[in-house]
Amino acid sequence: MTKELIKGNIAFAEAAIRAGLQAYFGYPITPQTEALEWMSGRMPELGRAFVQAESELGAINMVYGSACTGARTMTSSSSPGISLMQEGLSYIATSEVPVVVVNVMRGGPGLGNIAPAQSDYNQAVHGGGHGDYSPIVLAPANIQELIDITYESFDLAEKYRCIVMIAIDGSMGQMMEPAELPPFREIKKEHPAWAIVGAKGRKPNLICSLNIDEVEHEKVNLRLLARWNQIRKNEVRFKEYYLDDADFAVVGFGTAGRIALSAVRAAREKGIKVGLFRPVTLAPFPEKQIEALAARMKGLLVVEMNTGQMLDDVMRFGKDLSPVRFYGRPGGVIPLPEEILREIEALATETIPADIHPRDLWFDRLTAELGLTYEAA
Amino acid sequence: MQNEIIVSGFGGQGVLFGGQLLAYTAMDHGLHVTWIPSYGPEMRGGTANCTVIIADEEIGSPLVRRPGAVIAMNKPSLDKYEQLVKPGGVLIVNTSMVDRSAEREDINVVSLPANDIAEQVGSSKSLNMVMVGALLSALPVFPLEAIIESMDIHTPERNKRFLPDNVKALRAGFNHSA
Repeated sequence: MTKELIKGNIAFAEAAIRAGLQAYFGYPITPQTEALEWMSGRMPELGRAFVQAESELGAINMVYGSACTGARTMTSSSSPGISLMQEGLSYIATSEVPVVVVNVMRGGPGLGNIAPAQSDYNQAVHGGGHGDYSPIVLAPANIQELIDITYESFDLAEKYRCIVMIAIDGSMGQMMEPAELPPFREIKKEHPAWAIVGAKGRKPNLICSLNIDEVEHEKVNLRLLARWNQIRKNEVRFKEYYLDDADFAVVGFGTAGRIALSAVRAAREKGIKVGLFRPVTLAPFPEKQIEALAARMKGLLVVEMNTGQMLDDVMRFGKDLSPVRFYGRPGGVIPLPEEILREIEALATETIPADIHPRDLWFDRLTAELGLTYEAA
Repeated sequence: MQNEIIVSGFGGQGVLFGGQLLAYTAMDHGLHVTWIPSYGPEMRGGTANCTVIIADEEIGSPLVRRPGAVIAMNKPSLDKYEQLVKPGGVLIVNTSMVDRSAEREDINVVSLPANDIAEQVGSSKSLNMVMVGALLSALPVFPLEAIIESMDIHTPERNKRFLPDNVKALRAGFNHSA
Protein backbone atom coordinates (compact mmCIF):
# COMPACT_ATOMS: atom_id res chain seq x y z
CA MET A 1 0.00 0.00 0.00
CA THR A 2 1.15 3.53 -0.68
CA LYS A 3 0.46 6.67 1.26
CA GLU A 4 -2.01 9.29 0.16
CA LEU A 5 -2.29 12.90 1.20
CA ILE A 6 -5.70 12.78 2.80
CA LYS A 7 -7.97 15.13 4.74
CA GLY A 8 -9.26 14.05 8.15
CA ASN A 9 -12.96 14.16 7.29
CA ILE A 10 -12.45 12.06 4.19
CA ALA A 11 -9.98 9.77 5.94
CA PHE A 12 -12.43 8.57 8.57
CA ALA A 13 -15.27 8.30 6.06
CA GLU A 14 -13.23 6.13 3.69
CA ALA A 15 -11.78 4.09 6.57
CA ALA A 16 -15.32 3.30 7.72
CA ILE A 17 -16.29 2.25 4.20
CA ARG A 18 -13.30 -0.07 4.04
CA ALA A 19 -14.20 -1.50 7.44
CA GLY A 20 -17.41 -2.75 5.85
CA LEU A 21 -19.76 0.11 6.69
CA GLN A 22 -23.24 -0.79 5.45
CA ALA A 23 -25.23 2.30 6.32
CA TYR A 24 -24.49 5.97 6.96
CA PHE A 25 -27.01 8.59 8.06
CA GLY A 26 -26.11 12.20 8.68
CA TYR A 27 -26.81 15.87 8.31
CA PRO A 28 -24.35 18.52 7.13
CA ILE A 29 -22.53 20.71 9.62
CA THR A 30 -19.15 22.47 9.44
CA PRO A 31 -16.36 21.46 10.07
CA GLN A 32 -17.46 17.88 9.34
CA THR A 33 -19.42 18.20 6.09
CA GLU A 34 -16.77 16.70 3.78
CA ALA A 35 -17.38 13.34 5.48
CA LEU A 36 -21.07 13.39 4.63
CA GLU A 37 -20.26 14.58 1.12
CA TRP A 38 -17.79 11.73 0.66
CA MET A 39 -20.34 9.21 1.92
CA SER A 40 -23.00 10.60 -0.43
CA GLY A 41 -20.84 9.62 -3.39
CA ARG A 42 -19.15 6.46 -2.18
CA MET A 43 -21.95 4.61 -0.41
CA PRO A 44 -24.45 4.55 -3.33
CA GLU A 45 -21.57 3.72 -5.70
CA LEU A 46 -20.89 0.60 -3.60
CA GLY A 47 -24.58 -0.29 -3.30
CA ARG A 48 -24.71 0.61 0.38
CA ALA A 49 -27.16 2.80 2.28
CA PHE A 50 -26.73 6.56 2.54
CA VAL A 51 -29.36 9.02 3.70
CA GLN A 52 -28.97 12.72 4.30
CA ALA A 53 -31.67 12.97 6.95
CA GLU A 54 -33.95 15.92 7.61
CA SER A 55 -32.07 16.70 10.82
CA GLU A 56 -29.65 15.20 13.31
CA LEU A 57 -32.64 13.77 15.20
CA GLY A 58 -33.73 11.99 12.08
CA ALA A 59 -30.19 10.80 11.39
CA ILE A 60 -29.57 9.26 14.82
CA ASN A 61 -32.92 7.46 14.81
CA MET A 62 -32.15 6.04 11.37
CA VAL A 63 -28.82 4.94 12.83
CA TYR A 64 -30.72 3.28 15.69
CA GLY A 65 -33.04 1.41 13.34
CA SER A 66 -30.24 0.32 11.04
CA ALA A 67 -28.06 -0.86 13.93
CA CYS A 68 -30.96 -3.01 15.20
CA THR A 69 -30.58 -5.11 12.06
CA GLY A 70 -26.95 -5.76 12.92
CA ALA A 71 -25.70 -3.71 9.96
CA ARG A 72 -22.46 -1.78 10.41
CA THR A 73 -23.80 1.71 10.91
CA MET A 74 -22.33 5.13 11.58
CA THR A 75 -23.04 8.81 11.70
CA SER A 76 -20.85 11.86 12.06
CA SER A 77 -21.52 15.42 13.04
CA SER A 78 -20.07 18.35 14.95
CA SER A 79 -20.82 19.57 18.46
CA PRO A 80 -24.31 21.15 18.11
CA GLY A 81 -25.39 18.23 15.96
CA ILE A 82 -24.06 15.70 18.47
CA SER A 83 -26.07 17.46 21.19
CA LEU A 84 -29.21 16.94 19.13
CA MET A 85 -28.42 13.22 18.90
CA GLN A 86 -28.14 12.57 22.63
CA GLU A 87 -31.65 11.23 23.14
CA GLY A 88 -31.13 8.73 20.36
CA LEU A 89 -27.73 7.75 21.72
CA SER A 90 -29.24 6.98 25.11
CA TYR A 91 -31.85 4.74 23.42
CA ILE A 92 -29.10 3.05 21.43
CA ALA A 93 -27.07 2.48 24.60
CA THR A 94 -29.91 0.79 26.45
CA SER A 95 -30.80 -1.24 23.38
CA GLU A 96 -27.25 -2.59 23.28
CA VAL A 97 -26.77 -2.15 19.55
CA PRO A 98 -23.32 -1.31 18.14
CA VAL A 99 -22.95 2.12 16.58
CA VAL A 100 -20.01 4.33 15.60
CA VAL A 101 -20.31 8.12 15.95
CA VAL A 102 -17.69 10.69 14.96
CA ASN A 103 -17.77 14.12 16.61
CA VAL A 104 -15.65 16.74 14.81
CA MET A 105 -15.76 19.18 17.72
CA ARG A 106 -16.09 22.93 17.27
CA GLY A 107 -16.22 25.93 19.56
CA GLY A 108 -19.18 25.88 21.94
CA PRO A 109 -21.39 26.17 23.88
CA GLY A 110 -24.43 26.82 21.72
CA LEU A 111 -23.98 27.33 18.03
CA GLY A 112 -20.59 28.77 18.98
CA ASN A 113 -18.33 28.84 15.94
CA ILE A 114 -16.67 26.52 13.47
CA ALA A 115 -13.16 26.69 14.96
CA PRO A 116 -11.53 23.61 16.54
CA ALA A 117 -12.30 22.82 20.20
CA GLN A 118 -12.30 19.97 22.69
CA SER A 119 -15.17 21.22 24.81
CA ASP A 120 -17.38 18.15 24.35
CA TYR A 121 -15.08 15.99 26.50
CA ASN A 122 -17.51 15.90 29.41
CA GLN A 123 -20.50 15.31 27.16
CA ALA A 124 -18.74 12.38 25.51
CA VAL A 125 -17.07 10.87 28.56
CA HIS A 126 -19.32 11.69 31.51
CA GLY A 127 -22.63 12.78 30.13
CA GLY A 128 -24.43 12.80 26.84
CA GLY A 129 -27.81 11.16 26.99
CA HIS A 130 -29.68 10.29 30.16
CA GLY A 131 -29.21 7.10 32.13
CA ASP A 132 -26.34 4.91 33.27
CA TYR A 133 -24.16 4.13 30.27
CA SER A 134 -20.69 4.85 28.97
CA PRO A 135 -19.62 4.86 25.35
CA ILE A 136 -16.06 4.05 24.36
CA VAL A 137 -14.50 7.42 23.45
CA LEU A 138 -11.38 7.51 21.29
CA ALA A 139 -9.30 10.61 20.57
CA PRO A 140 -6.79 10.20 17.73
CA ALA A 141 -4.24 12.96 17.14
CA ASN A 142 -3.19 12.43 13.54
CA ILE A 143 -4.76 11.24 10.32
CA GLN A 144 -3.20 7.76 10.32
CA GLU A 145 -4.37 7.18 13.86
CA LEU A 146 -7.84 8.44 12.89
CA ILE A 147 -7.96 5.94 10.04
CA ASP A 148 -6.74 3.02 12.16
CA ILE A 149 -9.13 3.81 15.00
CA THR A 150 -12.13 4.21 12.70
CA TYR A 151 -11.31 0.95 10.94
CA GLU A 152 -11.24 -0.89 14.24
CA SER A 153 -14.11 0.95 15.92
CA PHE A 154 -16.78 -1.27 14.39
CA ASP A 155 -15.15 -4.38 15.86
CA LEU A 156 -15.09 -2.71 19.26
CA ALA A 157 -18.71 -1.59 19.01
CA GLU A 158 -19.79 -5.10 18.01
CA LYS A 159 -17.66 -6.88 20.60
CA TYR A 160 -19.19 -4.89 23.45
CA ARG A 161 -22.53 -4.03 21.80
CA CYS A 162 -21.95 -0.40 22.64
CA ILE A 163 -21.48 3.07 21.18
CA VAL A 164 -18.00 3.98 20.02
CA MET A 165 -17.50 7.71 19.75
CA ILE A 166 -14.48 9.07 17.91
CA ALA A 167 -13.78 12.57 19.18
CA ILE A 168 -11.66 14.80 16.96
CA ASP A 169 -11.78 18.55 16.39
CA GLY A 170 -12.25 20.83 13.43
CA SER A 171 -8.53 21.16 12.73
CA MET A 172 -8.18 17.37 12.36
CA GLY A 173 -11.23 17.30 10.12
CA GLN A 174 -9.67 19.88 7.82
CA MET A 175 -6.01 18.87 8.01
CA MET A 176 -4.25 16.77 5.37
CA GLU A 177 -1.44 14.34 6.20
CA PRO A 178 0.08 11.41 4.34
CA ALA A 179 -1.61 8.23 5.50
CA GLU A 180 -2.24 4.70 4.36
CA LEU A 181 -5.78 3.48 3.92
CA PRO A 182 -6.51 -0.11 4.96
CA PRO A 183 -7.71 -2.86 2.63
CA PHE A 184 -11.42 -3.40 1.94
CA ARG A 185 -13.14 -5.80 4.27
CA GLU A 186 -15.95 -7.93 3.01
CA ILE A 187 -19.43 -6.90 4.02
CA LYS A 188 -20.71 -9.15 6.81
CA LYS A 189 -23.02 -11.84 5.49
CA GLU A 190 -24.28 -13.18 8.81
CA HIS A 191 -26.49 -11.34 11.23
CA PRO A 192 -25.86 -11.43 14.97
CA ALA A 193 -28.35 -13.60 16.89
CA TRP A 194 -30.02 -10.56 18.48
CA ALA A 195 -30.65 -8.71 15.21
CA ILE A 196 -34.12 -7.79 13.94
CA VAL A 197 -34.09 -9.26 10.46
CA GLY A 198 -37.33 -11.23 10.21
CA ALA A 199 -38.22 -14.15 12.47
CA LYS A 200 -39.41 -16.82 10.09
CA GLY A 201 -39.00 -20.20 11.77
CA ARG A 202 -37.73 -18.84 15.07
CA LYS A 203 -38.82 -16.90 18.11
CA PRO A 204 -38.92 -13.14 17.34
CA ASN A 205 -36.19 -10.93 18.77
CA LEU A 206 -37.18 -7.80 20.63
CA ILE A 207 -35.05 -4.65 20.82
CA CYS A 208 -36.72 -1.92 22.82
CA SER A 209 -35.40 0.89 25.02
CA LEU A 210 -38.63 0.83 27.06
CA ASN A 211 -38.51 -1.60 29.94
CA ILE A 212 -41.49 -1.05 32.25
CA ASP A 213 -40.42 -3.79 34.66
CA GLU A 214 -37.89 -2.03 36.86
CA VAL A 215 -36.43 -5.25 38.25
CA GLU A 216 -35.71 -6.40 34.71
CA HIS A 217 -34.36 -2.98 33.79
CA GLU A 218 -32.04 -3.03 36.76
CA LYS A 219 -30.54 -6.15 35.23
CA VAL A 220 -30.05 -4.31 31.93
CA ASN A 221 -28.19 -1.56 33.81
CA LEU A 222 -26.00 -4.10 35.57
CA ARG A 223 -25.28 -5.90 32.29
CA LEU A 224 -24.18 -2.59 30.77
CA LEU A 225 -21.91 -2.03 33.75
CA ALA A 226 -20.48 -5.56 33.55
CA ARG A 227 -19.62 -4.91 29.93
CA TRP A 228 -18.15 -1.52 30.79
CA ASN A 229 -15.92 -3.17 33.37
CA GLN A 230 -14.65 -5.50 30.65
CA ILE A 231 -13.97 -2.46 28.49
CA ARG A 232 -12.10 -0.73 31.33
CA LYS A 233 -9.95 -3.79 31.75
CA ASN A 234 -9.23 -4.47 28.08
CA GLU A 235 -9.36 -1.31 26.03
CA VAL A 236 -7.32 1.46 27.69
CA ARG A 237 -5.00 3.08 25.14
CA PHE A 238 -2.48 5.89 25.34
CA LYS A 239 0.76 7.14 23.78
CA GLU A 240 3.91 8.20 25.58
CA TYR A 241 6.65 10.51 24.35
CA TYR A 242 10.00 11.28 26.03
CA LEU A 243 8.80 9.99 29.41
CA ASP A 244 11.62 7.54 30.19
CA ASP A 245 13.89 10.02 31.96
CA ALA A 246 11.30 12.75 32.55
CA ASP A 247 10.78 14.74 35.76
CA PHE A 248 7.66 16.44 34.43
CA ALA A 249 4.85 15.36 32.13
CA VAL A 250 2.33 17.14 29.94
CA VAL A 251 -1.03 15.37 29.62
CA GLY A 252 -3.09 16.23 26.56
CA PHE A 253 -5.33 14.42 24.07
CA GLY A 254 -5.98 14.84 20.35
CA THR A 255 -4.83 18.09 18.79
CA ALA A 256 -3.89 19.64 22.16
CA GLY A 257 -1.68 16.59 22.72
CA ARG A 258 0.16 16.93 19.44
CA ILE A 259 0.62 20.68 19.88
CA ALA A 260 2.07 19.92 23.31
CA LEU A 261 4.54 17.55 21.63
CA SER A 262 6.14 20.54 19.87
CA ALA A 263 6.38 22.37 23.20
CA VAL A 264 7.87 19.31 24.89
CA ARG A 265 10.59 19.10 22.25
CA ALA A 266 11.33 22.82 22.61
CA ALA A 267 11.54 22.44 26.40
CA ARG A 268 13.90 19.47 26.00
CA GLU A 269 16.17 21.69 23.90
CA LYS A 270 16.27 24.03 26.89
CA GLY A 271 17.30 21.16 29.14
CA ILE A 272 13.96 20.53 30.88
CA LYS A 273 13.32 16.83 31.33
CA VAL A 274 9.70 16.74 30.25
CA GLY A 275 7.61 14.18 28.40
CA LEU A 276 4.10 13.83 27.02
CA PHE A 277 1.33 11.43 28.00
CA ARG A 278 -1.44 11.38 25.38
CA PRO A 279 -4.60 9.47 26.33
CA VAL A 280 -6.06 7.80 23.22
CA THR A 281 -9.08 6.36 25.00
CA LEU A 282 -10.79 9.15 26.92
CA ALA A 283 -13.26 6.50 28.05
CA PRO A 284 -12.10 4.16 29.44
CA PHE A 285 -9.75 6.74 30.95
CA PRO A 286 -6.16 5.59 31.59
CA GLU A 287 -6.68 5.79 35.36
CA LYS A 288 -3.87 3.49 36.46
CA GLN A 289 -1.43 5.02 34.02
CA ILE A 290 -2.19 8.55 35.25
CA GLU A 291 -1.77 7.34 38.82
CA ALA A 292 1.59 5.74 38.03
CA LEU A 293 2.68 8.78 36.04
CA ALA A 294 1.78 11.19 38.86
CA ALA A 295 3.66 9.03 41.33
CA ARG A 296 6.82 9.25 39.18
CA MET A 297 6.70 12.95 38.23
CA LYS A 298 7.52 16.15 40.08
CA GLY A 299 4.62 17.87 38.33
CA LEU A 300 1.93 17.41 35.68
CA LEU A 301 0.68 19.97 33.16
CA VAL A 302 -2.75 19.27 31.64
CA VAL A 303 -3.36 21.01 28.30
CA GLU A 304 -6.76 21.13 26.64
CA MET A 305 -8.78 23.17 24.16
CA ASN A 306 -11.47 23.82 26.79
CA THR A 307 -11.62 25.13 30.36
CA GLY A 308 -10.27 21.98 31.98
CA GLN A 309 -12.61 19.04 31.50
CA MET A 310 -10.13 16.16 31.36
CA LEU A 311 -8.26 18.07 34.07
CA ASP A 312 -10.83 16.84 36.60
CA ASP A 313 -10.15 13.22 35.64
CA VAL A 314 -6.40 13.72 35.85
CA MET A 315 -6.90 15.34 39.29
CA ARG A 316 -9.06 12.44 40.40
CA PHE A 317 -6.27 9.95 39.89
CA GLY A 318 -3.15 12.07 40.17
CA LYS A 319 -3.56 15.04 42.45
CA ASP A 320 -2.52 13.33 45.68
CA LEU A 321 0.65 12.09 44.02
CA SER A 322 1.89 15.12 42.10
CA PRO A 323 1.23 18.85 41.79
CA VAL A 324 -0.99 19.58 38.79
CA ARG A 325 -1.02 22.67 36.59
CA PHE A 326 -3.50 23.50 33.84
CA TYR A 327 -3.45 25.40 30.59
CA GLY A 328 -6.37 25.65 28.19
CA ARG A 329 -7.84 27.80 25.44
CA PRO A 330 -11.62 27.50 25.10
CA GLY A 331 -14.16 28.67 22.55
CA GLY A 332 -12.30 27.68 19.39
CA VAL A 333 -8.89 29.22 20.14
CA ILE A 334 -5.96 26.89 19.44
CA PRO A 335 -3.12 27.03 21.97
CA LEU A 336 0.26 27.39 20.25
CA PRO A 337 3.50 25.63 21.24
CA GLU A 338 5.03 28.87 22.60
CA GLU A 339 2.23 29.19 25.16
CA ILE A 340 2.62 25.60 26.31
CA LEU A 341 6.40 25.94 26.44
CA ARG A 342 5.96 28.88 28.82
CA GLU A 343 3.73 26.71 31.00
CA ILE A 344 6.26 23.88 31.01
CA GLU A 345 9.00 26.31 32.08
CA ALA A 346 6.79 27.57 34.90
CA LEU A 347 5.94 23.99 35.89
CA ALA A 348 9.64 23.20 36.18
CA THR A 349 10.54 26.29 38.25
CA GLU A 350 7.51 27.49 40.24
CA THR A 351 5.90 25.93 43.30
CA ILE A 352 2.24 25.07 42.76
CA PRO A 353 0.03 26.09 45.72
CA ALA A 354 -1.64 22.94 47.04
CA ASP A 355 -4.81 24.59 48.27
CA ILE A 356 -5.98 26.33 45.09
CA HIS A 357 -7.55 24.43 42.18
CA PRO A 358 -5.35 24.50 39.06
CA ARG A 359 -8.31 25.81 37.05
CA ASP A 360 -8.59 28.86 39.31
CA LEU A 361 -4.88 29.58 39.01
CA TRP A 362 -5.03 29.22 35.25
CA PHE A 363 -8.13 31.44 35.03
CA ASP A 364 -6.32 34.25 36.82
CA ARG A 365 -3.20 33.87 34.65
CA LEU A 366 -5.08 33.75 31.35
CA THR A 367 -7.53 36.57 32.08
CA ALA A 368 -4.68 38.78 33.28
CA GLU A 369 -2.76 38.06 30.09
CA LEU A 370 -5.80 38.77 27.92
CA GLY A 371 -6.54 41.92 29.90
CA LEU A 372 -10.00 40.70 30.93
CA THR A 373 -11.68 41.33 34.26
CA TYR A 374 -14.65 39.49 35.71
CA GLU A 375 -16.52 39.66 38.98
CA ALA A 376 -14.49 37.87 41.66
CA ALA A 377 -15.72 34.48 42.79
CA MET B 1 14.70 19.27 10.39
CA GLN B 2 11.43 21.17 10.30
CA ASN B 3 10.22 23.75 7.77
CA GLU B 4 7.08 25.77 8.39
CA ILE B 5 5.61 27.47 5.34
CA ILE B 6 2.53 29.69 5.22
CA VAL B 7 0.98 30.33 1.81
CA SER B 8 -1.38 33.28 1.85
CA GLY B 9 -3.39 35.31 -0.63
CA PHE B 10 -6.88 35.96 -1.95
CA GLY B 11 -9.24 33.05 -2.46
CA GLY B 12 -8.82 32.08 -6.11
CA GLN B 13 -5.07 32.71 -6.29
CA GLY B 14 -4.31 29.03 -5.82
CA VAL B 15 -3.18 29.38 -2.23
CA LEU B 16 -4.46 25.99 -1.07
CA PHE B 17 -3.15 24.12 -4.10
CA GLY B 18 0.24 25.84 -3.81
CA GLY B 19 0.51 24.47 -0.30
CA GLN B 20 -0.79 21.05 -1.30
CA LEU B 21 1.83 20.76 -3.98
CA LEU B 22 4.53 21.27 -1.36
CA ALA B 23 2.79 18.68 0.81
CA TYR B 24 2.55 16.09 -1.99
CA THR B 25 6.21 16.53 -2.80
CA ALA B 26 7.19 16.14 0.85
CA MET B 27 5.12 12.96 1.05
CA ASP B 28 6.71 11.56 -2.11
CA HIS B 29 10.10 12.24 -0.48
CA GLY B 30 9.12 10.12 2.51
CA LEU B 31 8.98 13.14 4.81
CA HIS B 32 6.38 13.92 7.45
CA VAL B 33 4.06 16.71 6.41
CA THR B 34 0.89 18.48 7.55
CA TRP B 35 -1.27 20.79 5.45
CA ILE B 36 -3.94 22.78 7.19
CA PRO B 37 -6.10 25.54 5.73
CA SER B 38 -7.64 28.41 7.56
CA TYR B 39 -11.29 27.78 6.99
CA GLY B 40 -14.55 29.56 7.60
CA PRO B 41 -15.80 32.93 6.45
CA GLU B 42 -12.27 33.78 5.33
CA MET B 43 -12.61 31.35 2.44
CA ARG B 44 -15.30 33.44 0.82
CA GLY B 45 -13.51 36.52 -0.44
CA GLY B 46 -10.94 37.59 2.13
CA THR B 47 -7.48 36.30 2.76
CA ALA B 48 -7.08 32.55 2.49
CA ASN B 49 -4.05 30.78 3.85
CA CYS B 50 -2.68 27.38 4.59
CA THR B 51 0.17 26.19 6.76
CA VAL B 52 2.47 23.42 5.54
CA ILE B 53 4.92 21.81 7.96
CA ILE B 54 7.58 19.50 6.59
CA ALA B 55 9.75 17.51 8.99
CA ASP B 56 11.83 14.36 9.28
CA GLU B 57 10.08 13.22 12.46
CA GLU B 58 6.49 12.99 13.75
CA ILE B 59 5.02 16.50 13.53
CA GLY B 60 3.60 18.02 16.70
CA SER B 61 1.69 21.24 16.17
CA PRO B 62 0.28 21.67 12.65
CA LEU B 63 0.18 25.43 13.29
CA VAL B 64 2.94 27.87 14.16
CA ARG B 65 2.93 31.47 15.25
CA ARG B 66 6.28 32.25 13.67
CA PRO B 67 6.79 30.44 10.33
CA GLY B 68 10.18 29.96 8.73
CA ALA B 69 8.79 30.94 5.33
CA VAL B 70 5.82 32.88 3.98
CA ILE B 71 4.49 33.21 0.46
CA ALA B 72 2.51 36.47 0.37
CA MET B 73 0.44 36.65 -2.79
CA ASN B 74 -1.32 39.92 -1.93
CA LYS B 75 -1.08 43.03 0.26
CA PRO B 76 -3.17 41.79 3.21
CA SER B 77 -0.93 38.72 3.41
CA LEU B 78 2.22 40.83 3.44
CA ASP B 79 0.73 43.05 6.17
CA LYS B 80 -0.37 40.07 8.23
CA TYR B 81 2.75 37.91 8.01
CA GLU B 82 5.81 40.09 7.42
CA GLN B 83 6.43 40.67 11.12
CA LEU B 84 5.79 37.02 11.99
CA VAL B 85 8.47 35.40 9.82
CA LYS B 86 11.23 33.95 12.00
CA PRO B 87 14.51 35.91 11.95
CA GLY B 88 16.61 34.41 9.18
CA GLY B 89 13.47 33.14 7.45
CA VAL B 90 12.17 33.64 3.93
CA LEU B 91 9.45 35.96 2.63
CA ILE B 92 8.28 35.71 -0.99
CA VAL B 93 6.32 38.78 -2.08
CA ASN B 94 4.13 39.05 -5.16
CA THR B 95 4.82 42.64 -6.25
CA SER B 96 2.02 42.44 -8.84
CA MET B 97 -0.46 42.72 -5.98
CA VAL B 98 1.46 44.76 -3.44
CA ASP B 99 2.14 48.50 -3.40
CA ARG B 100 4.93 48.58 -0.83
CA SER B 101 8.26 46.91 -0.20
CA ALA B 102 8.88 44.52 2.64
CA GLU B 103 10.60 46.27 5.55
CA ARG B 104 12.34 43.46 7.42
CA GLU B 105 16.10 43.32 7.07
CA ASP B 106 16.70 40.22 9.18
CA ILE B 107 14.97 37.88 6.72
CA ASN B 108 15.52 36.91 3.12
CA VAL B 109 12.92 38.83 1.10
CA VAL B 110 12.36 37.76 -2.51
CA SER B 111 10.09 40.11 -4.45
CA LEU B 112 8.79 39.26 -7.89
CA PRO B 113 5.81 40.22 -10.08
CA ALA B 114 4.26 36.74 -10.09
CA ASN B 115 1.10 37.65 -12.02
CA ASP B 116 3.13 39.19 -14.83
CA ILE B 117 5.66 36.38 -14.93
CA ALA B 118 2.88 33.79 -15.01
CA GLU B 119 1.15 35.59 -17.84
CA GLN B 120 4.39 35.88 -19.84
CA VAL B 121 5.12 32.16 -19.67
CA GLY B 122 1.57 30.95 -20.30
CA SER B 123 -1.29 31.77 -17.98
CA SER B 124 -1.79 34.31 -15.21
CA LYS B 125 -3.58 31.54 -13.31
CA SER B 126 -0.21 29.91 -12.65
CA LEU B 127 0.94 32.74 -10.38
CA ASN B 128 0.88 30.37 -7.41
CA MET B 129 3.41 28.17 -9.21
CA VAL B 130 5.67 31.16 -9.84
CA MET B 131 5.58 31.87 -6.09
CA VAL B 132 6.27 28.24 -5.15
CA GLY B 133 9.18 28.18 -7.62
CA ALA B 134 10.62 31.31 -6.02
CA LEU B 135 10.25 29.76 -2.58
CA LEU B 136 12.13 26.62 -3.59
CA SER B 137 14.98 28.71 -4.90
CA ALA B 138 15.28 30.62 -1.61
CA LEU B 139 14.50 27.63 0.63
CA PRO B 140 15.62 24.40 -1.05
CA VAL B 141 13.35 22.01 0.85
CA PHE B 142 13.64 19.75 -2.18
CA PRO B 143 14.90 20.20 -5.75
CA LEU B 144 12.70 21.87 -8.37
CA GLU B 145 12.62 18.68 -10.42
CA ALA B 146 11.08 16.83 -7.46
CA ILE B 147 8.13 19.17 -7.26
CA ILE B 148 7.58 18.94 -11.01
CA GLU B 149 7.60 15.16 -10.77
CA SER B 150 5.15 15.18 -7.85
CA MET B 151 2.83 17.54 -9.67
CA ASP B 152 2.78 15.17 -12.61
CA ILE B 153 2.05 12.16 -10.38
CA HIS B 154 -0.78 13.78 -8.44
CA THR B 155 -2.51 15.76 -11.17
CA PRO B 156 -5.65 13.89 -12.21
CA GLU B 157 -5.95 13.03 -15.88
CA ARG B 158 -8.69 15.61 -16.49
CA ASN B 159 -6.36 18.41 -15.34
CA LYS B 160 -3.19 17.29 -17.12
CA ARG B 161 -3.70 19.99 -19.76
CA PHE B 162 -2.73 22.62 -17.17
CA LEU B 163 0.60 20.92 -16.47
CA PRO B 164 2.80 22.58 -19.13
CA ASP B 165 1.87 26.12 -18.03
CA ASN B 166 2.33 25.20 -14.39
CA VAL B 167 5.76 23.70 -15.01
CA LYS B 168 6.85 26.76 -17.01
CA ALA B 169 5.61 29.02 -14.20
CA LEU B 170 7.47 26.98 -11.56
CA ARG B 171 10.71 27.23 -13.53
CA ALA B 172 10.22 30.93 -14.21
CA GLY B 173 9.69 31.67 -10.52
CA PHE B 174 12.66 29.49 -9.56
CA ASN B 175 14.97 31.12 -12.11
CA HIS B 176 13.78 34.64 -11.38
CA SER B 177 15.11 34.49 -7.88
CA ALA B 178 18.06 32.15 -8.52
